[in-house]
Amino acid sequence: MKILVCISNVPDTTTKITFTNDNTQFNTSGVSFIVNPYDEIALSRAIELCAGGKGTVTVINVGESVTEPTIRKALAIGADDAVRINAEPRDAYFTAYQIAEYAKTTDYDMILCGRESIDYNGSQVAAMVGEFLDIPSISIIKKLDYDGTTATIEREIEGGKEVVSVSGKFIASCAEGTAVATIPNMRGIMSARSKPLQVVEAKEIAQISKVQQFDTPPPRGAVKLVPADETEKLIGLLHSEAKVI
Amino acid sequence: MSVLVYVEQVDGKFKKSVFEAVSYAKAIADIQGSSLTAISIGNVGEAELKELGKYGASKVLNVSNDQLKNFINQAYASVIAEAAKKESAAVVVLSNSFSGKGLAPRVAVKLEAGLVDGAVELPKLDGGQFLVKKTAFSGKAFAITELTSAIKVIALNPNAFGVKESAVEAAVEAFSPEIKATDFTAIVKEIVRATNKVSLPDAELVVSAGRGLKGPENWGMIEELANLLGAATACSKPVSDADWRPHSEHVGQTGIAISPNLYIAIGISGAIQHLAGVSSSKVIVVINIDPEAPFFKVADYGIVGDAFVVVPKLIEALKAHKG
Repeated sequence: MKILVCISNVPDTTTKITFTNDNTQFNTSGVSFIVNPYDEIALSRAIELCAGGKGTVTVINVGESVTEPTIRKALAIGADDAVRINAEPRDAYFTAYQIAEYAKTTDYDMILCGRESIDYNGSQVAAMVGEFLDIPSISIIKKLDYDGTTATIEREIEGGKEVVSVSGKFIASCAEGTAVATIPNMRGIMSARSKPLQVVEAKEIAQISKVQQFDTPPPRGAVKLVPADETEKLIGLLHSEAKVI
Repeated sequence: MSVLVYVEQVDGKFKKSVFEAVSYAKAIADIQGSSLTAISIGNVGEAELKELGKYGASKVLNVSNDQLKNFINQAYASVIAEAAKKESAAVVVLSNSFSGKGLAPRVAVKLEAGLVDGAVELPKLDGGQFLVKKTAFSGKAFAITELTSAIKVIALNPNAFGVKESAVEAAVEAFSPEIKATDFTAIVKEIVRATNKVSLPDAELVVSAGRGLKGPENWGMIEELANLLGAATACSKPVSDADWRPHSEHVGQTGIAISPNLYIAIGISGAIQHLAGVSSSKVIVVINIDPEAPFFKVADYGIVGDAFVVVPKLIEALKAHKG
């Protein structure tokens, strides 16, 4: 079995988000980058499925050389090898196209990734890769079992869950519940340095979307405190002032 | 030229988020001086389809087909793309729901269209540019994205635009595009839906609780408050990590990002990762025993007090208010 896991290089979750150049660029100064937390869940499930010699896990990242420390982190967690497609991931369409083009050149059973990246919050890549490869894409999954030919997947739907069965190649985007993110151990960190990391050149595709500017939410006014024994006052404010109940 | 909106049905009915997407699509059609067509897939009755006229859809393409009874994104995306071609759609609108997230990217690739998901405002047509504002960095920022493709696809965030009436007569037309067999490779085995619960991603009111509740056995009062309000329940990451509540309730940077009209946070300190997922709520109420809790800095209303005392009193006050 071979599993491809797509990983995105994103700012750490504690990052204070600021912009430069007239709010047209994300300010990376002083920001530390991590494996996108959802992709880490996907990677952890892939490693579990391949444990005991049942298969191998290849991580794929679309990024310039600055993402290599993040790729090494994924190798430390337990991926067997890595592929970096050498380009700035300018939008989901571009990224998905590169992943699909690479997937066409290799043999695999499934592709996993996270439900969305925590920077641009697009949950686009998985379904786009599915469409480029003309294979099923199951978005926002919570559980994944695989018997060697058929996957049984639970995905989240409004107010409940759905169980889907897929035979043959597919791509799924993983949410919490699919696996518990694995923390790399010392052996993993040591061996990550010598695991293969292949660099592949990107393919050309027309650009159809571009972030022109960033904006931050307006600050809220000061909090109105209500004494703890006057809860009816809070209900009154929510009803007549905020008009939300 | 037209605008196409996908209207997602659940058991033959449309939810509020669908009417919101139709209202939003109608506003785009008005800006562009074109008409709005809705595409419905699955078995929906004529009366329900006609209802879409109330929000501005002058035509409804109805795909009623037993093979498409269950949502299979691959097949649904093919239908929507075919409808977009038939209607010469310049813009395709969907809800940014769980199924919308699985659909919109496939539709975009089929139409070689740029996609903005998580849109929060109407597009701005500035000197030939087509700009859409969307949430980014888990609610910590917005990204104004330009789409340069001939066809544009937009997935609208729930509660971002609101439902707006603009009554027209909706003409319902049967539509039966060809769908290839390989679009049905994934098979739906089972659907489990809790019918008595308000779904979290598109809930207008949300009651959320954190570690301050001390244990899963204390969630009774949270559920009672939520039921009284008609609100969905949510929780913080440590709570779902400890299995006190299901992961599907976890809101925050690595959980679900929500933007309800009212978010009540009980016993949640307000770590930056939690705030990221809820900061676009319109009104935030914080109940916390610690007056220094960072959550108070972004709250509109607050009560400093013990949740075990305040919440039961709040329930009483709410009952009195409702008479």
